[in-house]
Formats: sequence, C-alpha cells, structure tokens
Amino acid sequence: MDIGFLIAISLKCLVIIAVFAGIGGYITVIERKILAFMQRRLGPMNMGPYGMLQIIPDMIKLLTKEDVVPAGAIKPIFKIAPVISVIATFTALSAIPLLPEFTIFGITVSPIIADINIGILFVLAVGSTAMYGPLLAGISSNNKWSLIGGARAVSQMISFEVIAALSLLAPIMMIGSLSLIDINNYQVGGIQNWLIFTQPIAFILFMIAIFAETNRTPFDLIEFEAEIVSGYATEYSGLRWGIFFVAEYAAMIIASFLVSIIFLGGFNSLWIIPGGVMILLKVAFLIFLFLWTRAAWPHIRPDQLMEFCWKILMPLAILNILITGFILIL
Amino acid sequence: MLKNKKTYIKIDEKIKSLTPTEKFVQVIDRTFSKDLFVGLGIVVKRMIFFKREKHTLDYPNEKYEMSTRYRALHKLMRLLDSGQNSCISCGLCEKICIADCIRIETKKSEDGRKEMLDYSINLNRCIYCGFCAEVCPELAIVHGQDYENASEQRIHYTDKTTLLTPLDEFLDGKQIEFTGYGSPSIDADDKIKKTPLSY
Repeated sequence: MDIGFLIAISLKCLVIIAVFAGIGGYITVIERKILAFMQRRLGPMNMGPYGMLQIIPDMIKLLTKEDVVPAGAIKPIFKIAPVISVIATFTALSAIPLLPEFTIFGITVSPIIADINIGILFVLAVGSTAMYGPLLAGISSNNKWSLIGGARAVSQMISFEVIAALSLLAPIMMIGSLSLIDINNYQVGGIQNWLIFTQPIAFILFMIAIFAETNRTPFDLIEFEAEIVSGYATEYSGLRWGIFFVAEYAAMIIASFLVSIIFLGGFNSLWIIPGGVMILLKVAFLIFLFLWTRAAWPHIRPDQLMEFCWKILMPLAILNILITGFILIL
Repeated sequence: MLKNKKTYIKIDEKIKSLTPTEKFVQVIDRTFSKDLFVGLGIVVKRMIFFKREKHTLDYPNEKYEMSTRYRALHKLMRLLDSGQNSCISCGLCEKICIADCIRIETKKSEDGRKEMLDYSINLNRCIYCGFCAEVCPELAIVHGQDYENASEQRIHYTDKTTLLTPLDEFLDGKQIEFTGYGSPSIDADDKIKKTPLSY
C-alpha cells in the first residue's frame, strides 16, 4: 500500500462526503419547494432565484442555534447519537459505485471508495447500524416522545431489514455475486436487461423496504408530527438536529443509488445517454418519488405496518425466492 | 307541504346487499385498486399546472385586492369639488355606534355653521360593524380597504388628522373615492337629467 493510494482514497472520501452532505442538505430545500407546488403553495421565495438558495439561511440558523441538552438526559450518549447515525450512513456509501469509471487529467478514477466483493451485504449491514442513532437518541433524551420514536425506529427497521435482505436474495441468486459492480455489469445492453423486468416483485418489495428504512411517508411513524411530536429528534436542536437530518437525507440518496444499481440498470449507458448521466437521472427520479409520495399518501398505523411486514411482505419475498430458485434449477 | 316525496334519496335503500362472490371481487378490487396511483397523479398535476392552480400570493410583492364592501379602517372623505371635509357633524354615527367608540367635538363657527373640531374613533372598542358608514348621509365616514394595520400606537389611526385625507394628498388627486354601497355609480354623470321646470 503506497502513499499515493492513500492520498487518492482520502481525496475521494473528502469529495464524496462533501458532495453528499451538501446534496443531503439541499434536498431539504427541494423537498420544500416540491411539496409547496404540489399543495398549490409557493414555498420559500426570497433567497436567490425562486428561493433556491434557501439552504444558506437554513445553514446559518442551524449553525448558530443554541445546542440544548435537556436536564435528565444521559449527556455523552445524547451527544454522540447523531454522530453515530451520520457515520454509519456515510460508511455505507463507501461500497457503492457512484459513477462509471472516467478519466480526468490522464488519471483513471473509479468513483468507488472500496470495491469489495460483498458490496450489497456491506451496504445493508452498515446502513442498518445507523439505527443506533435513533435508538440511542430515544433512550437518552429523557422524553416520552423520543422514547416512543426510538422504539418504533428499532421495531420498524429490524422488520424491514428482513424484507430488504430477502427481496434482494432473488436477484443475487440470478447473478451469483454480491458485488454491486457485478450486478451492474449483469444488466449491460439496453432496457430489456434491467432486473426490474425479471424481478418485479423483488423490486416492489425492496422499494417498500427502503421507504420504511429511510422513514419516508407511508411509513414515517418514527417522526410523525401528529402522534409523537418529532420522534427521536424531539429534544435535539441546532447542529445536532441538522446532523440527524443530513444522515436521513443521505440515507435517502444511498437507497436511491442502491435501487438504481440493482434494479434499474445502474450506470450502463442507454442509447446515446452516457452511463454517468443515466444513473444521476435515475437517482434524481427516485428522490423525486420519495418527495412525491410524501405529498400524496397518508401514513399507516404501527400495528398495520407490522402486520403488513410480517404477514404480507415476508411470505411474498420467500415465495419470490422459491419461484426464482425453481426457475434457475429447471 | 311536500308534493313529491320521491325527491328524497334514501341512502339505506341504495346500498345493495352483496353476494359472497361480489364481496370477494370488491375486496380484491379495493386491495389492488389504483387509488394510490390516482393520488400520485392528482398531486403531480397540481405541480405541472402550478401557474394555473396557485392558491397563494407572494404576499409583500403581490397583494390581495379587497372588495369595496370590505370593512377595514375608517376614512373621512373630502368633498371632491371644494376640498372641504364632507362631514357635516350631524352626529348620527356617534349615536348609532353600538360600541360607543366614536366621538365628535363640534362648535358653532363664526359663519353660523357647525364646525368639526375633532373626530376620533376608539379602535380599542370598534367592532367594525359598519353602522357609522351606513348611517352617514354624506358618505363622509367610510370604510377603506387598507388591511395592513401594523403601527406602533393605535393613536396613529384614530384621530381626525389621520382619518381625514390630507389636504396636499387631496390636491394631488390621490383621494381614493369610496365605491361601495351607497356611493354614486360609475355612470352617474350619464344618468343625470335636467330638472323639469314645469310640473
């Protein structure tokens, strides 16, 4: 391991963290604008053209706000919970190939930090440790809403980890590899090779699972305002709350990348559109879908969620694996 | 008396009892219905046709135009031809005010006419019922459309100097004429006829 390799990796890490934290913050503005348009409102209008620079006052507000630690909270855990959340989320990012390989200034750059052969497993496993953030925040906050939010977070995420893993098992069986790059290369050559057409049930199940894992609207019980104020983040303020937010939106981007790589053809070029643009388009659409459903759909009750998970989705996932296995054998 | 009793729609009679097969079909239909996607479609239509569908204003830049019958802060009007205060100090508004918030101070001037010294409305008490504007025989006290009432003190709105259109503003032709109920219509000039001299 020479020094140049180390420098290259650290540079990549820095760029990816900076870009993703920035985009994660910026999605909050885009979400507000899109929600506003869908609800016939204007949304933020004053900063920049059409309110598009609203992120600047938001950042200033978050950075300068007082960092309140409530009395009775377990201080070290309370303080470290958002950091755990964001570190786990960004670590999961390291095994995802973000773009195809490209050459810049005569150097070939592969935009993946660690090309490991168990990519999916790593992303799912590390991504689910982000659950410790909400859990620890809920336990240490000394607040009943936080506690309920944390408990819901754990129960929901553990349940839907099962669905996510089981639904991904069928495509993995077809491809025979856990590496995200192998999965991407399996879908080379046009739309008809995308895994969404050979594995539609797995796609739907995985979509539902990531909606639950990223706490987006049909399954946003963890921080549903009408029931439990703000869930695990109730007692947080200022920068720590902002870190939770960035982690949440970064998790959304990671989920979008996973879906577009595994099911929607990844970064293979299509017709005349180059692969890099292709994957960004798909990720952008998936993020839009996250915001879109938030404007349109109601959310479901916790008991309905659990029933939905264990009584409908898990049998379906297992059935899907069985059928795929039989077809592969025959 | 109800002549035709069939105009009533009885909801109970409209619901037909379903056979088990129909029930099963209904359950399947509702479970796999397109409703969720219809919802997505409706919402995205709102976004695409946003310019047409917009329900809010970009407030400080755009403002809502109030109806002429809207009862906002009072105004005292000047006569268009002479520029004098239209108020003849008859005191009707003072008497009809149910919140008892109007006070007019008058005196007999040198030319023998009633002269208004002060006209004040206590906005602590005013309920904006509009009786004063309705009873006024001269359309002197009217309700304006100015709904932005933020000020440091209530006195900024309530005495004669602020209620009455300032004279220089009036001379510039900036007095906004009251067009609400009781005011002469826009085409009033065309409707005027010569008084017949012989009856």
